[in-house]
Amino acid sequence: MRILTAALAAVLTFTPLAAATAQSWDEVVEKARGQLVFWNAWGGDERINAYIAWAGDQVQARYGVTVQHVKLADTSEAVARVVAEKAAGRSDGGSVDLIWINGENFAAMKRNNLLFGPWTANAPNYRYVDTENKKTTTVDFTVPVDHLEAPWGMAQFVFMHDTAHVKTPPGSILGLLEWAKNNPGRFTYPQPPNFLGTTFLKQALIELVVNPAVLQAPAVNIEENTAPLWAYLDALHPLMWRRGAVYPQNGPALQRLLDDGEVSIALSFQPAEASGLIAQGKLPDTVRTFVLNNGTIGNTNFVAIPFNANAKEGAMVLANFLMSPEAQAHKQNPEVWGSFTVLDVDRLPEDSKAAFQNLKLGVATLSPGELGITQLEPHPSWVAALEAEWAKRYASGK
Amino acid sequence: MASAVASGQGRIPASPLRWVPVVTLLLLLGPVVAGLLGTVLPAFGYLPALGRATLSLDPWRALFAAPGVAESIRLSFVTGLAVTIVSFTVVILFVAGWHGTRSFARVQKLLSPLLSVPHVTVAFGLAFLLAPSGWIFRLTSPWLTGYDRPPDLIIVQDPDGLALIAGLVVKEIPFLFLMTLAAIGQVDAARVRTMARTMGYGATSAWLKAVFPLVYRQIRLPVFAVLAFAASVVDVSVVLAPSTPPPLAVQLVRWFNDPDLALRFVASAGALVQLGLVAAAIFVWWIGERVVACLGRIWIRAGSRGRRDFPLRIVAAAALSVSFLAAFLGLASMALWSIAGRWRFPDALPAEVSLNAWTANADRLATATLNTATIGIAAALVGLALTVGCLENEARFGKRATNRALLLLYVPLLVPQIAFLFGTQILLVMSDLDGAWIAVAWAHLVFVLPYVFLSLADPYRAWDERYARAALCLGASPLRVFCRVKLPMLLRPILVAVAVGFTVSMGQYLPTLFAGAGRLDTLTTEAVSLASGADRRAIGAYALLQMTLPFIAFGLAAAAPAWLFRNRRGLRVTA
Repeated sequence: MRILTAALAAVLTFTPLAAATAQSWDEVVEKARGQLVFWNAWGGDERINAYIAWAGDQVQARYGVTVQHVKLADTSEAVARVVAEKAAGRSDGGSVDLIWINGENFAAMKRNNLLFGPWTANAPNYRYVDTENKKTTTVDFTVPVDHLEAPWGMAQFVFMHDTAHVKTPPGSILGLLEWAKNNPGRFTYPQPPNFLGTTFLKQALIELVVNPAVLQAPAVNIEENTAPLWAYLDALHPLMWRRGAVYPQNGPALQRLLDDGEVSIALSFQPAEASGLIAQGKLPDTVRTFVLNNGTIGNTNFVAIPFNANAKEGAMVLANFLMSPEAQAHKQNPEVWGSFTVLDVDRLPEDSKAAFQNLKLGVATLSPGELGITQLEPHPSWVAALEAEWAKRYASGK
Repeated sequence: MASAVASGQGRIPASPLRWVPVVTLLLLLGPVVAGLLGTVLPAFGYLPALGRATLSLDPWRALFAAPGVAESIRLSFVTGLAVTIVSFTVVILFVAGWHGTRSFARVQKLLSPLLSVPHVTVAFGLAFLLAPSGWIFRLTSPWLTGYDRPPDLIIVQDPDGLALIAGLVVKEIPFLFLMTLAAIGQVDAARVRTMARTMGYGATSAWLKAVFPLVYRQIRLPVFAVLAFAASVVDVSVVLAPSTPPPLAVQLVRWFNDPDLALRFVASAGALVQLGLVAAAIFVWWIGERVVACLGRIWIRAGSRGRRDFPLRIVAAAALSVSFLAAFLGLASMALWSIAGRWRFPDALPAEVSLNAWTANADRLATATLNTATIGIAAALVGLALTVGCLENEARFGKRATNRALLLLYVPLLVPQIAFLFGTQILLVMSDLDGAWIAVAWAHLVFVLPYVFLSLADPYRAWDERYARAALCLGASPLRVFCRVKLPMLLRPILVAVAVGFTVSMGQYLPTLFAGAGRLDTLTTEAVSLASGADRRAIGAYALLQMTLPFIAFGLAAAAPAWLFRNRRGLRVTA
């Protein structure tokens, strides 16, 4: 029944307060007390894991909600679990309560009616979210969010470089190829379908495709539109770390290569990550951040609740806390995580505003102005096409 | 009860003990058989829970159309055979050349620490030791190599899988070594060898020609277990195997976790391919056995004395030493990382010491340790109870387990985990048990029980029944005899068996992942989830705990009897 109501609500109305279960926030908080929330979130980065643990402690202390972080190697694992539960007819008491999600995983869950809600407008802290200037908080990879997922962090694709080895960083995707010609073996990207690796492919495609506008709609003429990308990668791979025969499996692995001096340029989805890693002694203090002249891809991280979640109220309370000025400021602290806030800081109460303004930017973090233009994510259907073709070309053996 | 004694054991009324072997086999083989069934049906497109109830060959077509699947299969097959051939050869040549020497006894002492550490921990250590930015290059750069940045060499995760093979060999050598030692004890090898030596045969020749044929029969099943394991391992592959494409089992786990449900059918078909792959590898080995036996007979008949075996003995000893040294250095490097601050290439040692990896991860380390310990203890104790039940049943009713029964015990070790865990998980979801602590403990029990049994069976069967008869004659009940006489006398091997079971449980990755639905983290699942990238310091902390827990387990197993029996001179170790 709940799915039906949720689906109807999602389809028929965009009025935020017509939330599926139509309970007041106080009722939500009341019901949440004592619940155990299984938060399925990518677990490959310790700093993020530590932040998640901190958030869990906070909602435990304040709302009596216990949070358990289910560490995923890939978000699709959690989606797969929900899909399997739906197929097995488990429409209640599901094993996933909250998922850290965006992009194609969100699109897939929304398309298959696997999400609870709409609910985010009912969460008190949602009112501070900057839906005006941070468009990606309402449109996730071209798919309307429709209050089915709560934004909890801004991400922008950036490059890190070690200034001890790179004097002038390249300003474009083609410039990167030129740089690699002069510095063979000192660049690589995580192996797709890791999201950072896939984002590198998307970033390259945006610069190389003849007509970038086609990327904002469902994928068409895939072969023709992606041909320049494969030609580019065919040229780049022999100049890469391990000649493109071995790939780091994710962002932290790539950052470790940067720290080890194996590569000179690495990638990140957190503009403040380099500063944070320097502060923690995990990158040399010669590392700096750069973006491309025409800008880089940016998006928003969300949390969503599956239709059959066992602890929906607890999950909402946790999500609401994640959107609070306090949790957002803690998250933006480069020493903690360095993920930029989704909130409109100007609209916050004075004391909350101060918490943000007191944050240091960090030595290697670009100011919002320097970060340049934020390019929009391509439609999720391009991701599947890119990943499948990449695997066929570069990951099927000799 | 005295009458029972007087009239002999045959007339003891039906005892619940008789049911223990049946229950044991059900607990052990039930999940394997049910899981296999749960894999076979989806492989042919049948899984009503996912809305498909017609048989089809589509999963197989999709499987063989998947990019890189042929290479994945080749990689797994070659890895399985190569690991088995290399580790088996090193062990046999070393034992042949050095059995009965002082070095041999010394090597024996190094076995337990290596055996008790999970595979993946050793893999982490090796990965760091060998990588171009790893410890060996750090120790030799730049003064020897001239590198002030790591060279761009493919060593770890090489497309041919050599690093994977090396990582597995290092861990399988101690296992096969231990199995060979046990076999030597059963065939009176020392006397046979001495006799051959007196006929003028060199050390290696004497052993290979006279002892090896006797010993090989005993270690055949463990060799097959190594073959099956190496051809289907997932956790070690995540650390050391290539990823373009990965070995088959790793690819199967990925498909199984994909939101596209159609891939689950493909994964099931792939799991059957994995099963066939292991069977094919065992078949190839079996052919190899025949060939070696043929050639061996010719060689034995030729009667050459092979007295100049010194170079061969040196090579065998060198190979074994290198593998042990690599494992220990790797483990030491992980321990060092767990307390390292900045440690950049090419510094030989960390620039500073920091406990940050421990303090920052304290909660998660504690949770993982707690889960590991409780699940391990539970699985080991249940495994022990069932094992003792079976052995006691055998002792009282005189039914000695046949070789065929032993084969059943090996089934969970020979069938690739991935081939039946898929199906098991579906059953767990259907019964709402997935993610439950008890489901994980049971999944572990399937793999713990065979090792507990193998570890305890020999000492248990060797126990002198005359003690029991004497006690029964004094009027004690069989239960009292068991508790007051047999258990105390067997306490030492019993505790060692529990410790073995515990360490086997510790190392389980896939069973924890599948039965635990990702909700129960153990040291091994946590470490593997960090493996593909995160900070070496955190991995080091998990690795150090993985080394410490078995140490504690075996330490307690040794200390408890010593303390309990401090006033019983007859029960002290006299070694």
